[in-house]
Amino acid sequence: MKEIALYALDIAQNSITANASRLDLTLLETPEAITLTLADTGKGMSPELLARVSDPFTTTRTTRKMGMGLPLLRMAVEQTGGSLTIESTEGVGTTVTALFHPTHIDCPPVGDMGDTITLLIQGAPQLELRYTHTVDEACFQLTTEEIRAQLGPELSLAEPEIILWLKDYLQEQEMLLREHKGMKA
Amino acid sequence: MKTLAELQAIRDKMRQQIDLRDASDDRIRVVVGMATCGIAAGARPVLNALLEEVNKRDLKNVTVSQTGCIGVCRLEPIVEVYVPGQEKVTYVKMTPEKVASIVSEHLVNGRVVEEYTIGAAE
Repeated sequence: MKEIALYALDIAQNSITANASRLDLTLLETPEAITLTLADTGKGMSPELLARVSDPFTTTRTTRKMGMGLPLLRMAVEQTGGSLTIESTEGVGTTVTALFHPTHIDCPPVGDMGDTITLLIQGAPQLELRYTHTVDEACFQLTTEEIRAQLGPELSLAEPEIILWLKDYLQEQEMLLREHKGMKA
Repeated sequence: MKTLAELQAIRDKMRQQIDLRDASDDRIRVVVGMATCGIAAGARPVLNALLEEVNKRDLKNVTVSQTGCIGVCRLEPIVEVYVPGQEKVTYVKMTPEKVASIVSEHLVNGRVVEEYTIGAAE
């Protein structure tokens, strides 16, 4: 994958498949590290599955014998000298933490987090999502709870008009974070 | 600068339109494969283009949704179109550029864009 944002979108699909009601997606950028964390309240994994989960020939689905999401992410972080940590408790949830070293030549760019978040909401409008993006001291946060507070209960967050508005909104906010980073540099 | 309060205006507008929506039985469903294979092959901009085109044309009878791996990873990004009463159509190796013609030809005018289908690719 070409962007960290695409890994985030991919790994978040695992939370949705695991019937998570909540997902905290956090991206923390400092000069030393880019840390992507996905913490969900899905069904979690048994210690046996957790031990094998980075193996590309491990999957919970029954249609095929491969699952490439976590192995690809592990490879991407390790290529930068970083690490992937997965904590999981059955019946409680899973937390995936991916640490990239941004100064390494193989570190992918963060990419379009705005697109990732809007499409995540479009694909799972019922999910309670909290997105936090911190660049040095600047921080932006968006929750689906505050979006629902504006829209009321009867409208689905997956409506194209709402999604496209959110996309513009997030792009604006992400750009402000980038400008902050640019000013510091 | 946009603020979340602007969503209230969208809500008010959409509340007026909600009754105009077609009954769920005759809605066209457009499904994009968003598993690892799809995302890696470029499904995100394809899904974005679909949402933009459907919204631009104000197609009230079309639902765009996401699914997991469709099973032919080498032909991703894949988009499936379900028109009620008709056979499913599978479009493969999708790009944002192909989206506009599929929306105008297939979703609006009911003509399958054969050259982008799995039948033409295989």
